[in-house]
Amino acid sequence: MNRINKLFQNKHERILSVYFTAGYPKLDDTVPVIQELVKNGVDLIEIGMPFSDPVADGPVIQGSSLVALQNGMSVHKLFDQLKDIRQSVDIPLILMGYINPVIQFGVDAFCQKCREVGIDGLIIPDLPLAVYEEEYKAIFEVNNLHNIFLITPQTSDDRLRRIDEASSGFIYMVSSNSTTGAKEGVTDFQNVYFERISKFGLKNPRLIGFGISSAETFRNACNYAHGAIIGSAFVKALGTDLPLNEKVSQFVKTIATEV
Amino acid sequence: MDYQVNKKGYYGEFGGAYIPEMMVPNIEELENRYMEIIQSYDFKQEFVSLLKNYAGRPSPLYFAKRLSEKYQSNIFLKREDLNHTGSHKINNTIGQILVAKKLGKTRIIAETGAGQHGLATATVCALMGLKCIVYMGAVDVERQAPNVKKMRMLGAEVISAVSGNQTLKDATNEAMRDWINNPIDTFYIIGSVVGPHPYPDMVARFQSVISEEMRWQLDEQVGRENPDRIIACVGGGSNAAGAFYHYLDQEGVELIGVEAAGKGIDTSETAATITLGTPGVLHSSRSFLMQTDDGQIIEPYSISAGLDYPGIGPLHAHLFKTGRAKYLWATDAEVLDAALELTQLEGIIPALESAHALAVLPKIKLSPEEITVINISGRGDKDMETYLKHFGY
Repeated sequence: MNRINKLFQNKHERILSVYFTAGYPKLDDTVPVIQELVKNGVDLIEIGMPFSDPVADGPVIQGSSLVALQNGMSVHKLFDQLKDIRQSVDIPLILMGYINPVIQFGVDAFCQKCREVGIDGLIIPDLPLAVYEEEYKAIFEVNNLHNIFLITPQTSDDRLRRIDEASSGFIYMVSSNSTTGAKEGVTDFQNVYFERISKFGLKNPRLIGFGISSAETFRNACNYAHGAIIGSAFVKALGTDLPLNEKVSQFVKTIATEV
Repeated sequence: MDYQVNKKGYYGEFGGAYIPEMMVPNIEELENRYMEIIQSYDFKQEFVSLLKNYAGRPSPLYFAKRLSEKYQSNIFLKREDLNHTGSHKINNTIGQILVAKKLGKTRIIAETGAGQHGLATATVCALMGLKCIVYMGAVDVERQAPNVKKMRMLGAEVISAVSGNQTLKDATNEAMRDWINNPIDTFYIIGSVVGPHPYPDMVARFQSVISEEMRWQLDEQVGRENPDRIIACVGGGSNAAGAFYHYLDQEGVELIGVEAAGKGIDTSETAATITLGTPGVLHSSRSFLMQTDDGQIIEPYSISAGLDYPGIGPLHAHLFKTGRAKYLWATDAEVLDAALELTQLEGIIPALESAHALAVLPKIKLSPEEITVINISGRGDKDMETYLKHFGY
């Protein structure tokens, strides 16, 4: 069974998923960051593949992507770094990035590589539902990869149903009308939206992301979904000067003491 | 051969709408409504009236006698440089702001490279009384200072994009991020035939007034609607799309786009996307791109701030792939020579962008009985500093 499904089967609340940019802050930090996150009890990891033009990302992830690319990060390099990751890591791993580097690598070759190194799912914000279903779905499925779709406060009921139908791992609820990391805190508007979605009767589990940056925002998100995703706030923490293990453990502790 | 966009938003294998979910409601609304809006009687009335009485259309088609003598052929210039705000960009911004109003939007955003599209957007926003935010690469803010000042005087807020190479591509990224953050009241007026479907088609339709006029103007002046050849510069490709549009099905008319080769196509400082690029997805559409093997976008270079874009409109990718249009290139040095030549032979100072179209005249075979139309997409006022620096006047 795909590790994402296993996770949601065994755990129904307070799931903590953490995003970071591969090759940041240093090129060879990718695997150590994963291992430290696992050590500190996170449930799921999203490994960001840096792209030169990340239009859905705010300044923090734009910055980490730029540094990672300058460090020499690439899709090939990432697969090299991850080749033995399943010898030490059991939790689900997802790759997140933009479609162009995937197309240049070759969609087939990319998905086969994901399967080889033990990736469980992909989040590609600029791969639209219709294109996915027509051109990508079969390749993803053959390689046991879940495609994780985003929904936003603007997503219509009709489209919610279509996305739920097309999803197989979980649904990524974007918390507000925003690029990553752009808005802090929780608004009433968000809670109305969270409420609407939690009562919608989606068959897939949901994680809330974008703007989750503290124990408070994490707790609030967990009231409405199976858990939450933290990206920019963690990447910001990775940018500080502490030793890697301390950066990671301190950060995870501030978010979810009970994880 | 079909050169129009298909129902799914593709020109052959190029185009589409590779948008993040956050942009779906806006793009779907636009896709569902743009044709109905722009084909409505009300819209057409207002669009045509503004083009005529506000922008100053039709733009003249001028027989360039001395230039023709020099190249021993018949060369006509389509004078988009004489439009209000100094370029073809106004055709598109008038069209899009009318669409934005029909959609009930109150806040306008735009990206700009040379500042011509930003200026044309700021202008129509003043005209309509709508809030205007223009994203411009920090480097371009610097090198196109007069346009920045004009935009501010028109009431627009100019935001300097400091990511990446700080030019047109980065301004476009910032505008898209703005739209993601402000999906309800905001409309994004894209300046070229790029971006997700339906933008490339919508912008091409608004710019198609250029070739629509060329047909009757040529008929009036030489007794036939079709020239033998049309030449236009291409960055994203909007002026070329407009100049080619009504001739796409007239296979006897040779269509030539001219890319910015910068310091040369064998250097890394170039923007010749079709000549050097490979297919990929940038700014939500599939086209030719300047990119690395890893799919990272390469920052382009050109002396002209309006052409240093690492992609090209999907229509042009398709015209190239099908062989319907040819894409040549011109280097910075050739462009400067061509600009000076037009200035001193005809008394017309062209924009650096437009001078790319002129710069291929020495490279192509022209015969005495042929008619060539060159689209002069904009005027050179904004480039005076560059010209003066190079020519030393």
